[in-house]
Amino acid sequence: MAASRLFWRTSGVKSSLTGLTGGVHSSLGLTLLKLYPDCTAKPKTQRRHAAHFTFHPDPVTTQYGPTQKMNLFQSVTSALDNTLASDPTAVIFGEDVAFGGVFRCTVGLRDKYGKDRVFNTPLCEQGIVGFGIGAAVAGATAIAEIQFADYIYPAFDQIVNEAAKYRYRSGNMFDCGKLTIRSPWGCVGHGSLYHSQSPEAFFAHCPGIKIVVPRGPVQAKGLLLSCIDDQNPCIFFEPKILYRAAVEQVPTEAYHIPLSQAEVLQEGSDLTLVAWGTQVHVMREVAAMAQEKLGVSCELIDLQTILPWDKETVCKSVVKTGRLLVSHEAPVTGGFAAEISSTVQVRSRSHESEIDQGLLPECVLCRRSVSSTWRLPSVGFVGMIRPSRTSLSPSTSQISGSASRPSSA
Amino acid sequence: MRKMLTIISNVLRGSASRNGAELVSEGARVVVSARTYADFTPQATFDIKKCDVHKLEEGPPLQATLTREEGLQYYRTMQTIRRMELKADQLYKQKIIRGFCHLYDGQEACAVGIEGGINLSDHLITAYRAHGYTLTRGGTVREIMAELTGRRGGIAKGKGGSMHMYTKHFYGGNGIVGAQVPLGAGVALACKYQGNNELCVCLYGDGAANQGQIFETYNMASLWKLPCIFICENNKYGMGTSVERASASTDYYKRGDFIPGLRVDGMDVLCVREATKFAADHCRSGKGPILMELQTYRYHGHSMSDPGVSYRTREEIQEVRSKSDPISLLKDRMLSNNMASVEELKEIDVEVRKEIEDGAQFSTTDPEPPLDDLCNHIFYNNPPLEVRGTNPWTKLKSVS
Repeated sequence: MAASRLFWRTSGVKSSLTGLTGGVHSSLGLTLLKLYPDCTAKPKTQRRHAAHFTFHPDPVTTQYGPTQKMNLFQSVTSALDNTLASDPTAVIFGEDVAFGGVFRCTVGLRDKYGKDRVFNTPLCEQGIVGFGIGAAVAGATAIAEIQFADYIYPAFDQIVNEAAKYRYRSGNMFDCGKLTIRSPWGCVGHGSLYHSQSPEAFFAHCPGIKIVVPRGPVQAKGLLLSCIDDQNPCIFFEPKILYRAAVEQVPTEAYHIPLSQAEVLQEGSDLTLVAWGTQVHVMREVAAMAQEKLGVSCELIDLQTILPWDKETVCKSVVKTGRLLVSHEAPVTGGFAAEISSTVQVRSRSHESEIDQGLLPECVLCRRSVSSTWRLPSVGFVGMIRPSRTSLSPSTSQISGSASRPSSA
Repeated sequence: MRKMLTIISNVLRGSASRNGAELVSEGARVVVSARTYADFTPQATFDIKKCDVHKLEEGPPLQATLTREEGLQYYRTMQTIRRMELKADQLYKQKIIRGFCHLYDGQEACAVGIEGGINLSDHLITAYRAHGYTLTRGGTVREIMAELTGRRGGIAKGKGGSMHMYTKHFYGGNGIVGAQVPLGAGVALACKYQGNNELCVCLYGDGAANQGQIFETYNMASLWKLPCIFICENNKYGMGTSVERASASTDYYKRGDFIPGLRVDGMDVLCVREATKFAADHCRSGKGPILMELQTYRYHGHSMSDPGVSYRTREEIQEVRSKSDPISLLKDRMLSNNMASVEELKEIDVEVRKEIEDGAQFSTTDPEPPLDDLCNHIFYNNPPLEVRGTNPWTKLKSVS
């Protein structure tokens, strides 16, 4: 947490809000760097910096019936159990799912529902997704598992070229809406290059599929059930570091959390924080520290659905606070935060707003360790927007200045 | 032999009582020192298992000749791999090695046998179970172990780890299974293009054998007659899935269809060597690619997080260890043909142990790579590139 700590320890420095967000960022940064030498470029010792965050469970929800204590993988199992029970066409397949899966997400399902409904596939991601698309087109509720999101790339062609475009190119005659792809996602501390990736940005570039990332067990079950029921092919990324770490009281019955709706977890007035997956918990901590040390009131939004994302909630929040900070685990360039910040920018009525990159907001970046001993620079946040006017129009049709209406033809 | 020694020493002792004690020790010394190399068989021929063939008129020879030097070298290398893997297991459990670690013990005959059939100037590529190959391709124990612990003395400068080890003419060390096979075919194309009479050995496992890109590679290699030896190391389990449950056809040597294939006993280093030589001749003569399936076994689980007994029985592992252990097979052969003595092999064991201890010591004391190294080699760039670090006020430099 060095980066966050570094920033927020400046309680002695009574900077005003504009000071924090204004042009003094680089000198402030350097000052802080001098105050806290353990953040210099030279590592003093061979200290291990394990990934740090604290999982913040949601308050117990009573609206969906009786609840049971479950962690993330158990909540996924529960969702799949509900699905297999209610939908006779549902099938689950993937590498090693039969014995329960490498993360135990499918434990007990084969025994309960039979080996023709929960079965293993050979080691072939392209085959798994292609097969899933076919099964979904033919009417089965196909739930495919890709063992790690890092392995999804052989299936990229199938997802982008086949699954996403099926409905469109057949003029709605066929579709693979019943396909859901589930995959463990995100860094875990020791995963290194091929067990830590967050590929949501690659797929965000593709209309026709939906991408969802939950922040905890209650959200996971509700969102997964929504993905399965959704009439579009969905990719559901499960933060693997939360599989055991995240424990909440999860309703045992089936329930749905709507897709494409971001959730405002905490209201605030000075700054909008947007995150998804594991980062939401880091942001929660950051918001608490900001309030405590600097009196900055943060509004925290969990995006939940990456594609199609809830532009209205985010923009409405930025109208209120005037500042936006997005944080995610994936590489900065082309990461989804770039899309969010550019959309908010476009929707801003003001021409004077600019997107500041490489600023203060970076200091509240998540410091995820992607490999065991190294903090790889693939983490990050990206942009902070300071529209000089606080109104954001919900539609983009208004251009400031005179705009003549085209005469109706 | 021993009986003869006893008789001789008795005679000498008898004569010593007449000539004095010194003679006895002289005589005894002479007798002992005579019992060295002259008494060992310099070379022997062994019968090896017949290889099943696919689309081939004949297979590798049914007999293999082993010289004493070769035998001792194979023994030493296999024992080094075995001890190194067991040491890595120990270090992993002590949390000195972290991340992922896939151990090769049980499969030593494959690495050593393949190397025995090709030259160091040939090329080789495999997936992540690569520690054995890194050694046979020229890596040292120190470098390998330091790479496992992520230190700057490691073979990939500490940035690769267990799965990403490379050395000259050894292209790794690859995490995504199946992806290394088309790469190997590309290397084979380069060999053919450059006309240097080299070939490329592309290894993959029984799990990866079902990846689509491997079949694409078979087609390309065959079409263009690339000097490529495809080798499927069939250790019967792809992670926790047995071959019957993963593959419609477990005859991996036939999977190349139009590519000739051999099924080889992967626990016998001589069988592997002869088959590799046969395959190498096939490639070098311009006939195109060839496929080999090595039937082998791994004692450890898939990786260090897999106990290895939930999908197979301990009895099965024990049975393979007792009946087909590659090191024991070679040892028995050499001892029963008087190619080496028990003491000599024990001496090699002691030396190997020492080498491993030294490697472990180095790997635990060598410093980690400096922070300046962290972002290097992302792109090839001149001048250096600035990379955003996790600390927002530290820009890291990437040089290449």
